[in-house]
Amino acid sequence: MFDHHATLKKHFSALRTTAEFFSLRYVRESGQYLSVRKNVAEPPYLNHDEGAMLTVRLNGVEAYAATHDISLAGLQAALERAEQQARRILPHALLDLHTQQVSSDVADYLSPDLDQPFPSLSDCYQLLGDESASVPKDERLASWEVSLGTTRVEQTYLNSAGAELRQAQRFVYPGLSVTAFDGNDSQTRTLGGTNFGQQGSANVIHRFGLAGAACQVADEALQLLLAPNTPNGPRDLLLMPEQMILQIHESIGHPLELDRILGDERNYAGTSFVKASDFGHLQYGSPLLNVTFDPDIPEQLASYSHDDDGTRATKQFLIRDGLLLKPLGGALSQFRSGLSGVANSRACSWNRAPIDRMANLNIEAGDKTQAELISGIEHGILMNTNRSWSIDDARNKFQFGCEWGQLIENGELKGVVKNPNYRAISAQFWRKLSAVGDASTFKVLGTPNCGKGEPNQVIRVGHASPACVFSDVDVFGGDA
Amino acid sequence: MNNFKALVQWLKQAVTDKEQFHLGYADESSEFVRFNHAQVRQAGHVKQASLNLKLINDGRHADLSITLAGEPELDRERLADGLQQLRETLPLLPPDPYLLLNHNAWQSHNEQLRPLPELAQVLEDISQAAVGVDLVGFYAAGPISRGFASSDGAFGWHQANSFNFDFSLFHANGEAVKASYAGHTWSSAEFAARLQQVREQLEFLGRPLHNLAPGQYRAYLAPAALEEIIGIITWGGFSAQAIASKGSSLQKLYAGEQSLSPLVKVDEQISGSLSQAFSTEGYPRGDVTLISAGKACGQLINSRSAAEYGLSTNGASSDESPSALQMAAGSLAQADILKQLGTGLYISNLWYLNYSDLPAARLTGMTRFATFWVEDGEIKAPVSTMRFDDSVYSLLGSQLEALTAERELLLSASTYSQRNTASNLLPGALVKRLTLTL
Repeated sequence: MFDHHATLKKHFSALRTTAEFFSLRYVRESGQYLSVRKNVAEPPYLNHDEGAMLTVRLNGVEAYAATHDISLAGLQAALERAEQQARRILPHALLDLHTQQVSSDVADYLSPDLDQPFPSLSDCYQLLGDESASVPKDERLASWEVSLGTTRVEQTYLNSAGAELRQAQRFVYPGLSVTAFDGNDSQTRTLGGTNFGQQGSANVIHRFGLAGAACQVADEALQLLLAPNTPNGPRDLLLMPEQMILQIHESIGHPLELDRILGDERNYAGTSFVKASDFGHLQYGSPLLNVTFDPDIPEQLASYSHDDDGTRATKQFLIRDGLLLKPLGGALSQFRSGLSGVANSRACSWNRAPIDRMANLNIEAGDKTQAELISGIEHGILMNTNRSWSIDDARNKFQFGCEWGQLIENGELKGVVKNPNYRAISAQFWRKLSAVGDASTFKVLGTPNCGKGEPNQVIRVGHASPACVFSDVDVFGGDA
Repeated sequence: MNNFKALVQWLKQAVTDKEQFHLGYADESSEFVRFNHAQVRQAGHVKQASLNLKLINDGRHADLSITLAGEPELDRERLADGLQQLRETLPLLPPDPYLLLNHNAWQSHNEQLRPLPELAQVLEDISQAAVGVDLVGFYAAGPISRGFASSDGAFGWHQANSFNFDFSLFHANGEAVKASYAGHTWSSAEFAARLQQVREQLEFLGRPLHNLAPGQYRAYLAPAALEEIIGIITWGGFSAQAIASKGSSLQKLYAGEQSLSPLVKVDEQISGSLSQAFSTEGYPRGDVTLISAGKACGQLINSRSAAEYGLSTNGASSDESPSALQMAAGSLAQADILKQLGTGLYISNLWYLNYSDLPAARLTGMTRFATFWVEDGEIKAPVSTMRFDDSVYSLLGSQLEALTAERELLLSASTYSQRNTASNLLPGALVKRLTLTL
């Protein structure tokens, strides 16, 4: 672990520049993606990637150069390219960063159980093959796939103010998907995939419950095939954690990103219905809504000690008792806006610069068991597992769809319905939060696929949530 | 190309008689500049190169992606380490029943090395043209190379210099127009004219917003808006594997149970496009008609699907998505669009589409950038952001009234992992009924 560190430090101290500040962020990533589709092992995909980004601040203007050549000559050349960029943009620069503080922290961060060996390739294929083979023989089951992705990342951040930050992490992504087809309609039921990933070792696969899950997932796909469409009209909506994470992501996470509020993303990812003046004033949700930036749940995907600009990460309430308090803004956005934020300046790899990203963005547990949540609903629907997401560029008008629906009448779960969709407006939706599940309903989930930024970046984010109830939501089904 | 050729030569002598390989190559040297409020928000340079090595032995195979260092000796070392890792991996795998190799020693070569613009000039031009306007955008420029070689002697090389300035102009009321200036040769005059054109559109956005109630409206979808619809359809829509495993949104079209308007003809037209003419799997890529007269025609078939479903491969990518899609032009003249629309919506762009019901090809999404309310053939007012929810079989089927005679070449501005070379050549579409829901 960190076997490049001594060389990197030596190279870093040998770099020559006229910049008033400079930093180096080195990232090495290796991974494998394995899958078995309809009992046939797909060829494994393995990867090794490494490189470094040099950032300089020259006359108060910052610029970067990223390189795959991490020799001293390669790093020096990149540093000079960054200096050249800084000089070129000086007459046109938006920001003057002369007085922005920089980090001088020194720390190491490791994923839990990093010292434990991960199962061998053969053992992984055995697990995937066994699970695939346990999908029942039913001619309506058109396709199924069991998968396991792992990514190991080591990162070192050094800067001219003395910061020395190292992280070593392993991310594990189990997944299972079954599609049923009856000659007319097709329905897919999944477990994990883009909804689940955690830091850790083989224990992540066990926590996820991959072994033995295929029968139930296949059965649920077949149930959906036989189910009626979700009825149209307003209902109370019970969202399970596998859908809550998407709801949090799209209609709390993105609108609270401070770089969007400052306008950086208006040409691509979009803006926000939240204004800088709303922090400390806007009642974002009902008093039951408590949202935290929480880097301290060890297994969650975006737990870390420092972000990619070197700012120390600590748990912060962004929304408390429904009141909006803080944005998702890293050190630079805080400097630009004068607002207090969190340590969320993150880059997807060595070849992309840090920007404001979600990290672990969670809803704190409430006080209701799942049975109590259901019994409190007279006319409603339970929805689970996201399958469709669409929201406007200000992150306000949304429409989301789930794989699994179950009607709720007079406090009792009733029949399964297919194609459950709902639509609402973020600014109003969270004020309809009427009940929050307790710790027994709370799940630590996340996705490796959050896209944003120019140049584009896709990054890991963690979301943990209890099940939640929203009153009087516009619900509807599909065409089939 | 010489670096890549040297690695191929080394690999040819390193493999045993029983081993075969595919070696893919990608590099780019990119200048990236972000703009906000017509000034530079963030700027940098990225230099990257990578190999994708597939090793095949006795029906078993595995892929390894390796980042190169750009230093010949170290790169050879990394390739040797990668070869060793794959040699240790293959015995752990079962033989792959869907492995289909191309043993042809095909050759493909395409180089476009026109000089790129000087960044200082680009910054000056943007700065001058954007005086007094709130411009936000992204400039990406530099050379891109892609290569492929196989142990059977196939060799492909594609190298191109390009720039893409993707930008928006914002009115003080928050409304915006989106545009781009992209290609090989930067012309200060051409760019200034392009930006002036967009400034003129921005003036319409200053009018008071027209609030629309959910309902059904006549609508014109400009090529960039149609591209969003086409974009989500291509998410598996034409993929042989997705069609066979019932994950394609066009499964009813391919089953002959649904059809689109006879006006709709869609082709994957690799020849003459900006994309490389070979796949990462070692097959030359052919042109494919995907939809003809509204009926399903060809599929995008990679070698794996060809083996699994008994089809012939057409060199489709590993995810079987198009990269040079063309839709046939119609007969509606540009000058007649507003007149023929009459009263309805002029939609410049759509945004964040997804499925409400995938097997039914029912989509939802938002309007974004310059959507106008038109009355009696005249633009009256901008329209606030609206959500639509409608079926492809309606929008491009029963409700499609006309396609424009002029088409627009839309170059991808995507830069996930690397700069994308995909493009779409599309007309605009006039539809009799678009359903707005929120």
